[in-house]
Amino acid sequence: MKAFTVSKAVTALMLAGLVLLPLYSQLSGNIFILTLFTRIVILALAAASLNLIMGFGGMMSFGHAAYLGIGGYAVGMLAQEGVGSGFIQFPVALAASAIYALVIGALSLRTRGVYFIMITLAFAQMAYYVASGLARYGGDDGLTVYKRSDFSGLINLSNRTQFYYLCLACLFGVVFLIWRIANSRFGLVLQGLRSNEQRMQAIGFPSKRYQLVCFVISGTMCGLAGALLANNTDFVSPAVMYWTRSGDLMVMVILGGMGTLFGPVMGAVVYLLLEEFLSQLTEYWALIMGPLLLLIVLFGRGGIMGLLGRLNRG
Amino acid sequence: MLLVVEQFLNGLQFGLLLFLLAAGLTLVFGIMDLVNLAHGSLYMMGAYFAATFAAWTGSFLLGALLALGATLVLGIVLEMSALRHLYGRDHLDHVLATFGLILFFNEAVRLIWGPAGLALPLPVWLTVPVPILPGIHYPAYRLAIIAVALLVALLLYLGVMRTRIGMLIRAGASNREMIGALGINIKLLYTLVFGLGAALAGLAGLMQAPILTVQIGMGENILILAFVIIVIGGIGSIRGAFLAAILVGMIDTLGRAFLPNLLRQVLSGAAASTAAPALSSMLIYLLMAIVLVVRPEGLFPANRR
Repeated sequence: MKAFTVSKAVTALMLAGLVLLPLYSQLSGNIFILTLFTRIVILALAAASLNLIMGFGGMMSFGHAAYLGIGGYAVGMLAQEGVGSGFIQFPVALAASAIYALVIGALSLRTRGVYFIMITLAFAQMAYYVASGLARYGGDDGLTVYKRSDFSGLINLSNRTQFYYLCLACLFGVVFLIWRIANSRFGLVLQGLRSNEQRMQAIGFPSKRYQLVCFVISGTMCGLAGALLANNTDFVSPAVMYWTRSGDLMVMVILGGMGTLFGPVMGAVVYLLLEEFLSQLTEYWALIMGPLLLLIVLFGRGGIMGLLGRLNRG
Repeated sequence: MLLVVEQFLNGLQFGLLLFLLAAGLTLVFGIMDLVNLAHGSLYMMGAYFAATFAAWTGSFLLGALLALGATLVLGIVLEMSALRHLYGRDHLDHVLATFGLILFFNEAVRLIWGPAGLALPLPVWLTVPVPILPGIHYPAYRLAIIAVALLVALLLYLGVMRTRIGMLIRAGASNREMIGALGINIKLLYTLVFGLGAALAGLAGLMQAPILTVQIGMGENILILAFVIIVIGGIGSIRGAFLAAILVGMIDTLGRAFLPNLLRQVLSGAAASTAAPALSSMLIYLLMAIVLVVRPEGLFPANRR
């Protein structure tokens, strides 16, 4: 393993940029960029969690946005019912995501390949319709979160900088966790299952159980992103669970580099900045984004991380 | 009684419409091994073409025919320009690339037709209610949809099972290298199959157009239903798609119509009216979950080699 590679340098640069961003925002007086990057960091967290099952576990989930909604609705509903404490809201958000992941995972993992893609998609869509049907919590129109989660003086979520650093800390924590998982015995079994499930079964690993645990861990992590997202936008609606959101998350993972540690984070940064840039350029930004995705799929194997790796080899 | 018959026919009509969509999807998947999310976009384009051409020509039927041709051509162009390069790649690549196509189509429609929806008015002779049973009338147009979809299903069956092209299609589904080696032009065959799938989606879209508004994103929700149908019916199986489509259409329609009343008998009024919309939209997904538990490969899996 080389000490210095282009991809490592770029990753370090990006991470340093993320850490120093509030400073830049403060000095330049550009508040918008901090708001934008808070969103980017939260969605990077969601993308990183998706990468755990897609990149390391080989499970192509097309319904990951459901957890964004579940985490968000947990915060929103509790706030609506008068439970404002983040010490209750966040654990509930994580637990709800974990339970959903357990049920959906147990059902979806009975299948594989393209069936798995379609089924996770369909279940996420079901969650979307259920949320649309919740008349008490805004239904289609969504639910305004009037008060952000209260951590009784420990951290103030209404303070932009503090909230940004909370999100960033969560992101780093999750990436660290994924790193530890990927290199643990558990993670090695998962990666073995990704390469050849039959062989692993023949050795005697209960493959579905390993995959299900991974699926639940990933869903729980994304539920955290959902709880943060609801706090960031002060609003949660069925639209966060819409299937195009799941598609966005998948694109971030692929764009950055599936199965790499920091690839999804980079993918989220690049994808969302590109979206921001294009939407300022023209109202019809998706007209460019769509074909761009097609080109990335056709020619950009391995995503940005793959590209940087090739640069290194010269 | 009246309501039951009416909803039953509505369910049948919706199911048959879903079949047209699912048939194209499953055909393309079974033969080219391509997951095409943009299938819903073709459905939407069919509806937009029909609304536009009908307004130009002043005739519903002529507009529908032109729209059918236009979606066929669009499908062929799409296959030749973009999707052809995706054959043999990972399914994940298909999903992402066609996801990009959806973004493109939605935006293109917004650019060309504007963000507001269109309406496709029906000719008078299709709006009259037709007596189907003594005392029970049903809209002629919905009956026409049922008739057309059944006819198409029959033609599809005969075409795939009884003609030479159909034989090639089935051969291509079971072993693509071999029929290539036997001198069949696979590229042309694939383009043809994709065009056929596109035309079926377009037909579904243009027939649905007068019932719902023609709008951006109309293909996406129904695409997911088509996925559910394919999963229930078994990927690559047209027969499975047909039966599963009818099943899903019935359950969805009847559930939405009768579940609220059923719930009201069990629960209190307020609880029932809260739970009913959420529960009735969950029904088909529950059905899918049950099918997955009992038969993970679908109810009617396509014959394996």
